[in-house]
Amino acid sequence: MHRLTSVEELEKVREKILKEKSTIKTCITICLGTGCHAYDSQTVYETLQNEIAAHNLEEEIELKPTGCHGFCEQGPIIVLYPGEICYCRVKPENVKDIIEMTVLENKIIEDLLYEDPVSGNKFEKESEIPFYKDQNRLILGKNSSINPQNINDYLAEGGYRSLAKVLTGMAPEQVIDKIKKANLRGRGGGGFPAGVKWETTRNAPEKKKYVIVNADEGDPGAYMDRSLLEGNPHLILEGLAIGAYAIGADEGFVYVRQEYPLALENLSTAIGQAEKLGLLGENILGTGFNFKVKIKRGAGAFVSGESSALVSAIEGKVGEPRPKHINTAVSGIYGKPSNLNNVETWANVPVIIEKGVDWYSGIGNENNKGTKIFSLVGKINNTGLVEVPMGTPLRKIIYELGGGIPGGKKFKAVQTGGPSGGCLPESHLDAPVDFDHLKDLGSMMGSGGMIVMDEDNCMVDVAKYFMHFLKDESCGKCVSCREGTKKMYEILEAITEGKGKEEDLLLLEEIAWVTTNASLCALGGTAANPVLSTLKYFRDEYEAHIKEKRCPAKVCKALITYVIDQEKCTGCGLCQTLCPEKAIEGEKEAPMTIDAQKCSRCGICLEACRFEAINVTS
Amino acid sequence: MLPANNNIKDMRVKMITLWINDKQYQAAEGQSVLQVALDNGIEIPHLCYHESLSSQGSCRLCLVEVTKGSKTIMTTSCTYPAMEGIKVQTDTLEIKKARRLVMELLLPLAPDAPKIKALASELGVTEPRLGPEPENDNCIKCGLCVRACDELVGAHAITFAGRGVARTVEPPYDEEAENCIGCGTCVQVCPTECIVMEDQGMERRIDKWKRTLKLKACKNCGRPFITFAEIDFMQTKAKNPPPEEWFDYCPDCR
Ligand SMILES: Cc1cc2nc3c(=O)[nH]c(=O)nc-3n(C[C@H](O)[C@H](O)[C@H](O)COP(=O)(O)O)c2cc1C
Ligand code: FES
Repeated sequence: MHRLTSVEELEKVREKILKEKSTIKTCITICLGTGCHAYDSQTVYETLQNEIAAHNLEEEIELKPTGCHGFCEQGPIIVLYPGEICYCRVKPENVKDIIEMTVLENKIIEDLLYEDPVSGNKFEKESEIPFYKDQNRLILGKNSSINPQNINDYLAEGGYRSLAKVLTGMAPEQVIDKIKKANLRGRGGGGFPAGVKWETTRNAPEKKKYVIVNADEGDPGAYMDRSLLEGNPHLILEGLAIGAYAIGADEGFVYVRQEYPLALENLSTAIGQAEKLGLLGENILGTGFNFKVKIKRGAGAFVSGESSALVSAIEGKVGEPRPKHINTAVSGIYGKPSNLNNVETWANVPVIIEKGVDWYSGIGNENNKGTKIFSLVGKINNTGLVEVPMGTPLRKIIYELGGGIPGGKKFKAVQTGGPSGGCLPESHLDAPVDFDHLKDLGSMMGSGGMIVMDEDNCMVDVAKYFMHFLKDESCGKCVSCREGTKKMYEILEAITEGKGKEEDLLLLEEIAWVTTNASLCALGGTAANPVLSTLKYFRDEYEAHIKEKRCPAKVCKALITYVIDQEKCTGCGLCQTLCPEKAIEGEKEAPMTIDAQKCSRCGICLEACRFEAINVTS
Repeated sequence: MLPANNNIKDMRVKMITLWINDKQYQAAEGQSVLQVALDNGIEIPHLCYHESLSSQGSCRLCLVEVTKGSKTIMTTSCTYPAMEGIKVQTDTLEIKKARRLVMELLLPLAPDAPKIKALASELGVTEPRLGPEPENDNCIKCGLCVRACDELVGAHAITFAGRGVARTVEPPYDEEAENCIGCGTCVQVCPTECIVMEDQGMERRIDKWKRTLKLKACKNCGRPFITFAEIDFMQTKAKNPPPEEWFDYCPDCR
């Protein structure tokens, strides 16, 4: 295809693509996103290719590799259209049946359908599965129908129509006005109104301006930005180009962490294809608008995602936060006005332009419009990426989409906001998930991490875990953050080892206060959240560790003992054989005992015992 | 990063008015609030600031409260530029509490450094709750040495390495600092005396930078007084390098 020089040409190309697609009888999409890839969806994909060829069905079946659908634990996921038949956990040996039964004979393979672990019900359509049913997949949805390496798929879905609309029918100020009215707030964590930031950059005196995509995504366990970049890179590029036009920038950067090779590959393919078609580069769609996008690879440090650190990194300097009395919107890359937004923020832009402010404002609550993508992990039945209207209560996300806690265990806390977020207890499960409510409760939205914890999680141990991450990920410039996170970690460690003192709680609170208030950037500013929120909501657990030398969740190794129930033990000797410390004493056929001195509380005996004879006490 | 205040004073810049502790002061726009305070005899504790160097804001002791428009924040005065109309408070209860706690975090890093000990007791850290770091080397990672070497000397011999708690000041790749000329500027600016420079015979050693250099003796008194590396550096890098003979005699005998 040649460079498109007008919107009419774009529409003609789109028509042609749609016409070509209309002759296809069946479309099989297979997720090759990171989650499914780990379950070897690549082999399933290749087997499908071979099977389709063996049946001479290449003309009738479109086999489409896609990005992440979100329900990663059910991968590899295949969806067949028409019918939207969704098969989960597909193995290469299922492929023959899928082609011969489902494609050729319209028969459903029951065994491959999703089965709800709670009700036992099976679901045929992807959208009917409880995990998806209550989602509003405004942003992530297209991942399921687009081959990220093929711009035609994006165009077939109406792609670049919003950019065309903006370039030919709207003044830059009108675009900004729309984004402001839609009240699009930054999805990178801060929730700052994007339109206001755009306006600041637009009005900054320097002529040369930049736009930047923040795809550092340093939160461990978070992969929503990754899934968007891998699965639908043109959506981000289109949003970025619209922003560039509104702001008056002619150059953009996408800062992607090095550890995301597929995102880097799909993004650079997408940039190449868009440039070839004249949707990026010089004189876009013949409108005279020039916009070039470059990729910057980051080393993937957590702190590099902070705005001023990211700008330093793009300039080729050490990715450390710098003091900003003038923010990057006015003085960013090489001192030029630079508008930085998160991947998901940019992804919302084409949607707002396409569907309009009124429609968009109908989603979400008062001050939080649109949707937010969360990565739902931990002690939860359905793990994966969920996209819900902002303001959806935590309870709904955890119990309806997430399917509740596995193994009939009791919910204890949900940690939101990534490593420097907070842990919220049962009593706040009805809180609406949005920027403002989470902050009021001592947690935050962050970029959308959501970790569910049950009765087997020790909250002191949880706080220690996050503080361990933060002390290593602080850039180390400010004493308050570097030494504050370290000391909080050390105190928490002592408490979990049974060496806590009563005055430690005051000391923790004071260090938390100074880390929050005396540090330069938001890493230090939020680093104490895991400590403060657990102290606020789970103080009794701290006190049990300190005063009673007891870990109520039976997690902290120094505070628990393993004992064998003399009634239940049959003396089978399995635990004795397996114990790496040789701590289990006794003769076969008679109840055994554990030498507490030798026992390292590794839990191997507990796992192995078939008679539930091993108890943990604290 | 704020540039060194010396440079700002040299430039012809706009004068502005700001308030410190409810009194009005004049200052050059862009000078750090800390420098304005110090120039006017208002004490604000500080460890990582030097008027001839850019500000880094790492020790966090120079915290003040700044009100700009309707917003009040706690921030470091060494990195905050003097601006028209801002109101600064240097000694509120909160500020004192923050400085005391910062000092409590700092002290374990350099428990033996006289300057730190004195400042700690001044800031009310009389019974430290946190014991000394087990393997402390007295370095508080303030970065004065790095900035002095970069900005004053121009030798760029040492850098920061590592992140978070692993942050250290090191010669590049933790090998002998090949760019170090043994001028001793780092030793002079260090607030904790953790950089030791020793002359033994005709050799100068700075172990922290893994550096050993040859010394030149004074033609008159015979005392070794400068490294050959420094002479070399001055002759190649200085704008108006002194004649070679200048280095034949030590400052006392010149
Ligand atoms: C320690 C730290 C890490 C951050 N990491 C990210 C990140 O990985 N991705 C991101 O978009 N924003 C991150 N942010 C937020 C950015 O500083 C910035 O606010 C954001 O990219 C702005 O875009 P938005 O307004 O669209 O959210 C981080 C902030 C801090 C303090
Ligand atoms: S003197 Fe300002 S932070 Fe150290």
